[in-house]
Amino acid sequence: MIKAILIFNNHGKPRLIRFYQYFAEDMQQQIIRETFHLVSKRDDNVCNFLEGGSLIGGSDYKLIYRHYATLYFVFCVDSSESELGILDLIQVFVETLDKCFENVCELDLIFHMDKVHYILQEVVMGGMVLETNMNEIVAQVDVQNRMEKSEGGLSAAPARAVSAVKNMNLPEIPRNINIGDINIKVPSLSPF
Amino acid sequence: MALKMVKGSIDRMFDKNLQDLVRGIRNHKEDEAKYISTCIDEIKQELKQDNIAVKANAVCKLTYLQMLGYDVSWAAFNIVEVMSSSKFTYKRIGYLAASQCFHEGTDVIMLTTNQIRKDLSSPNQYDTGVALTGLSCFVTPDLARDLANDIMTLMSHTKPFIRKKAVLIMYKVFLKYPESLRPAFPRLKEKLEDPDPGVQSAAVNVICELARRNPKNYLSLAPLFFKLMTSSTNNWVLIKIIKLFGALTPLEPRLGKKLIEPLTNLIHSTSAMSLLYECVNTVIAVLISLSSGMPNHSASIQLCVQKLRILIEDSDQNLKYLGLLAMSKILKTHPKSVQSHKDLILQCLDDKDESIRLRALDLLYGMVSKKNLMEIVKKLMLHMDKAEGTTYRDELLTKIIDICSQSNYQYITNFEWYISILVELTRLEGTRHGHLIASQMLDVAIRVKAIRGFAVAQMAMLLDNAHMLTGNTQRNGICEVLYAAAWICGEFSEHLKDPLQTLEAMLRPKVATLPGHIQAVYVQNVAKLFATVLRGQEGVPDRQVAQETSQLLIDRLPLFVQSANLEVQERASCILQLVKYVQKLQQKEVQVAEEVTALFAGELNPVAPKAQKKVPVPEGLDLDAWINEPPSESESEDEKPKAVFAQEEQRPTRPRHPEVDEKELARRREARKQEQANNPFYIKASPSSQKVYAETPGVEHIPVVQIDLSVPLKVPGMPMSDQYVKLEEERRQREKAERKKKKEKKRRKDKCGRGHRAESGGESEEDITPAHTVDIVTEEMPENALPSDEDDKDPSDPHKALDIDLDNLVMGATRRPLVDNEKLPVRAHRPPDALKSPVEGGEGEGVAQEPKKKSKKDKKEKEKRKSKERKKSKEEKKKNKHGQERGEEPEAGSAEEPAAMAAAAEATTPPAVTTAEEAAVPVPEVVPDAAPVSEPDEPKDAELEEPKSSKHKKKKQKKEKEDRDKKKKKRHHRHHSDGGRAESVRNGEEEEEEEPLPPMSNYCLLAENPYIKMSYDIQGNLQDGSQVVVSVIFENKSSSSSFLKCMEFNVLDSLNSKLQRPEGASPHEAVTIPFQLPPGVSNEARFVFSVQSIVMPQKLKGTLAFIVKSEDSSTHEKLDFKLHFTCTSYMITTPCYSDAFAKLLESGDLKASSVRLEGVSMPFHHLLARICFHHHFSVVERIDSCASMYSRSIQGHHVCLLVKTVDQTVSIDAKCDEPSLLENVLQEIKQTFAKC
Repeated sequence: MIKAILIFNNHGKPRLIRFYQYFAEDMQQQIIRETFHLVSKRDDNVCNFLEGGSLIGGSDYKLIYRHYATLYFVFCVDSSESELGILDLIQVFVETLDKCFENVCELDLIFHMDKVHYILQEVVMGGMVLETNMNEIVAQVDVQNRMEKSEGGLSAAPARAVSAVKNMNLPEIPRNINIGDINIKVPSLSPF
Repeated sequence: MALKMVKGSIDRMFDKNLQDLVRGIRNHKEDEAKYISTCIDEIKQELKQDNIAVKANAVCKLTYLQMLGYDVSWAAFNIVEVMSSSKFTYKRIGYLAASQCFHEGTDVIMLTTNQIRKDLSSPNQYDTGVALTGLSCFVTPDLARDLANDIMTLMSHTKPFIRKKAVLIMYKVFLKYPESLRPAFPRLKEKLEDPDPGVQSAAVNVICELARRNPKNYLSLAPLFFKLMTSSTNNWVLIKIIKLFGALTPLEPRLGKKLIEPLTNLIHSTSAMSLLYECVNTVIAVLISLSSGMPNHSASIQLCVQKLRILIEDSDQNLKYLGLLAMSKILKTHPKSVQSHKDLILQCLDDKDESIRLRALDLLYGMVSKKNLMEIVKKLMLHMDKAEGTTYRDELLTKIIDICSQSNYQYITNFEWYISILVELTRLEGTRHGHLIASQMLDVAIRVKAIRGFAVAQMAMLLDNAHMLTGNTQRNGICEVLYAAAWICGEFSEHLKDPLQTLEAMLRPKVATLPGHIQAVYVQNVAKLFATVLRGQEGVPDRQVAQETSQLLIDRLPLFVQSANLEVQERASCILQLVKYVQKLQQKEVQVAEEVTALFAGELNPVAPKAQKKVPVPEGLDLDAWINEPPSESESEDEKPKAVFAQEEQRPTRPRHPEVDEKELARRREARKQEQANNPFYIKASPSSQKVYAETPGVEHIPVVQIDLSVPLKVPGMPMSDQYVKLEEERRQREKAERKKKKEKKRRKDKCGRGHRAESGGESEEDITPAHTVDIVTEEMPENALPSDEDDKDPSDPHKALDIDLDNLVMGATRRPLVDNEKLPVRAHRPPDALKSPVEGGEGEGVAQEPKKKSKKDKKEKEKRKSKERKKSKEEKKKNKHGQERGEEPEAGSAEEPAAMAAAAEATTPPAVTTAEEAAVPVPEVVPDAAPVSEPDEPKDAELEEPKSSKHKKKKQKKEKEDRDKKKKKRHHRHHSDGGRAESVRNGEEEEEEEPLPPMSNYCLLAENPYIKMSYDIQGNLQDGSQVVVSVIFENKSSSSSFLKCMEFNVLDSLNSKLQRPEGASPHEAVTIPFQLPPGVSNEARFVFSVQSIVMPQKLKGTLAFIVKSEDSSTHEKLDFKLHFTCTSYMITTPCYSDAFAKLLESGDLKASSVRLEGVSMPFHHLLARICFHHHFSVVERIDSCASMYSRSIQGHHVCLLVKTVDQTVSIDAKCDEPSLLENVLQEIKQTFAKC
């Protein structure tokens, strides 16, 4: 079982949190802080497994994480999950994000947290791995997004126009946090 | 309308959407909290609007704020509103928000049931998908119960997208509503072979999760998984299955043997590291589970170890880590194969990655031997000096102690060395593990008698240098060590060279700054030392030393008498008085040593940690019973004053430092120098630290800080463990040489023997003899302690509830049909207002509260009864052995289920599997009964503890069922039609000691002829409102020894009621009964009937055709019968609480009716029990001679009774929403009492 999925940036700012077990909000924040504290002090060339965030789980639970450019993707899992399998799942998830957002960067996650959730929902459900085939995931996400668009119709059009205008002069950082060029050596789970 | 819409959307243009919110927060970095609070105000405004789009937008923003740590539960109702929008876009937003912030405590969840059900059955698969995803995050027991059936239907949805989600969510449903596991399991199992790989993977996932917690229930699935493993190409599925096998093999070694080969093949062939790793892991699990009897498994171990070495040597840190992790599993059973890779593991200790170092440390634990222990520990000590960060150092410290103390100090050959190591460890700065070191010191000193002399010397040294330990910080955990040191010095003071000096060290003023519990030990042991000193001075003509000692104590002890710690104070004042008394006697020149020593005479033996727990409870002692009447609430409140003492204790201790004059100090220093010179273990310390120490006046008052940790610290007078390594080496060499000599001699003696036995290069383990003849005292256990290690399972573990036997279920409905209460509740047949109906609430309550209500006593009784029954069944089995020709069969059938499953596992081909499993389920077997015993044949009778008059005999299968039923009941204690009868009487408040109830049975005669007797009982089916189950007991009555064979049961269906025949059978075909009856034997078969209307009783004609086979002839026979479906048989015992009951009566939907029974002479509680038993009611409340009762029909009709009795006249007022049903039930009740 996966107990929690956390995405935060190099400064510990949460970008997506998904707990599969109930924690109150302040506890969630504490877990994020503790996890960030544990993960951030590790070099990039050490192993991706960590035992014992004392707040989640206990001895049976492990933190399995990957660090992409400015973002940490952390999965908290118990011993029924394969460590390498989860590492691979993180890779699948990130690659899916990359496909859905076309060169994903931290900004995409910041402004479209909801969409990231919808993508994640097609990968993991209720703490269990739902789908590992990237094409299948992308296909399902696309269909649902199209449904949303078609429903939008008249009432959503003006809002979209406004937000397009609003988005025109974004004083934001350039989209340089591209994960596509950071190749991580993954022991591949070749044919899914 | 159109205008309104346009206006709405124009308004919306100026609402912030999620992106605006995020941007705003980013632009208000300095006053983020303030900005967000204005945003929340806006959101609150937006939520008040009618436009669902605005609401959805607001909820979406709230989801974002929730991530930032804001509590948004106040908007829960709005979230529900958005969830129920018909548009997918909004629905999705709503469900997302719900999944992020709903939990079991969210009260609006109960409003969502119908909405979710609607979404689940939506024609749009994505609506369904969104609902499933959301539900998976916030499913509650209530939702699980109400929606289980809907989700189960979705498991066979046409779209794999939905199927896989439905399968996955079932696991969550099981967790919240364990009763759903049995009914849902067959379908779940089906999904293992789903054509869609995603669904298949999901099913594997769920079953693996289930099996991980309760593996034994899933052993029967092994063949299926085996097939999947050999056929699947999906690595995810393979990994899961292989992991599952890892959990199953410990239960069934034969499965392991089967697995080795395919797994080894996979290891060789796969390119995926994750799969390889899991294979290796499972092979290890298999090897662990196999006894060493298997000759060729060393090859497999070699393969594993070799593959793991490759992983560990890989540059990828992840693989290295996992390699070490797996290695530690091999270590437990095959330490030798791992030990050969010691170099690699020691190398990992130097890795920069802490996770890897920790893993390597774990491995070291198992790699030590007598030979290399010292070497390894030395290495670890080196690491400790180098290590940065206290956590890793603490880890090292605990590991060193673990390694040395493992399996009763098995590997320690020289305890002097170990003591020195412990003493060295006390120098570790800022460790939290002072306590651990202390307990080790105590343990070793107490249990290894030979070492006491040395230990005492070391401890005295520690006490003398206590200032080094207490050092600068009070919270320093290491001062715990002094606790051990003081105790050891006191208890074994006879070994002390100079007790007087130690006594002085323990009475230094600085001691008063130590934590209270340590001071207490100090004071107590000062007294012991005092006794020793006195004894030492006995016979010495000069009395001065003894008197000086007394005076010293009298001078110093007052310091402790003033301690704020009660324990210290109490002990000190006791001892002070004692010493004063001794002093008086001394002045009178009385010999007191003897008496003072007697105070501390006697050996203290170590007691095993669990000893207390293992003391058996004496017979007849009930620990849970009250000794006195429990105190009332108000009394307990008055017991506050206790706190006063606690508060006093909190007062800070104010240590007092009496002036110690220069002379005294000088004298002491001199003495110390003297001591050091005489001490053989004293190693010349570096002059600098020594000087600082020696020349500062009043050194005790100055905290020692200037310790350069980079240089290993040498405490004056403290031994270095290193020297032992060398010494030990020498000793071994010597011993070896001696042994060689001996051998040589021996060899010379029998020269003609087998000449060249190769002289082994290294020493084997056994050759190393310990330096001391170590007498390790074993810990004491109470007499006749219970040997079992009770499993300390967490009772609150949700997975415990899922420990449900699923095996028989898999075989098909006829084997062990689901008991009524096990079926999933279906809403369809209940009244439309079922959600709010009081009964519903009552039932929910029942589930939640019943287990709590159940007293321990009850459970105990049940357990007793169960064990009794088990005994009985054993006896019976013995009897059967001597029985008739078929006597063996039940034996075969009763073989342990797991074993049978293993047989199934061994057979890889599916047909073979079924036969093997059939053997495991002894349904058709009939147990011939040697003596006609009147034994309880149904759980209900067992409950009543009454022998049963009915003649039919016991069957193995039934007993199993009983056992299971009981287990179930213990867990849920729900009232169901089968078992809750006796208990339902107890449903009311009082449980009086009333005279026992007469035996009752619901089985009534169906038909009888000289060959066979049939009796039957009809039970409603809670799951399906249109079904009843008829249980028929067939008894072979034929006097001669003839068998009854080929029994066929047929019923002439009516329009209303139909016998359910096996699939494919024609509507008039007979149902074959799956057993034969040897003479004098009875067995039971169940038939399912579907009924449409239940308001009227009815009769069905039927025939039983069978063959009577005696020794010489066989004849066809027939027996006609009439099945009587009473209205009672449609009723189901359902618990109901009085408040729910009252609401039901108030609702006004019910029609009333009443009946009077004259001349009923039985006691009232018998009367109630009869109604409960025969008519499936439960008592809601009982006041004197008046009781309210409740029952429900399979189609959800409520029946309420008010039973009153006055002078043999019983009046029953009844209410029901179906008048004709009520009329019939009342008539039947009347008949029941007319009969008796």
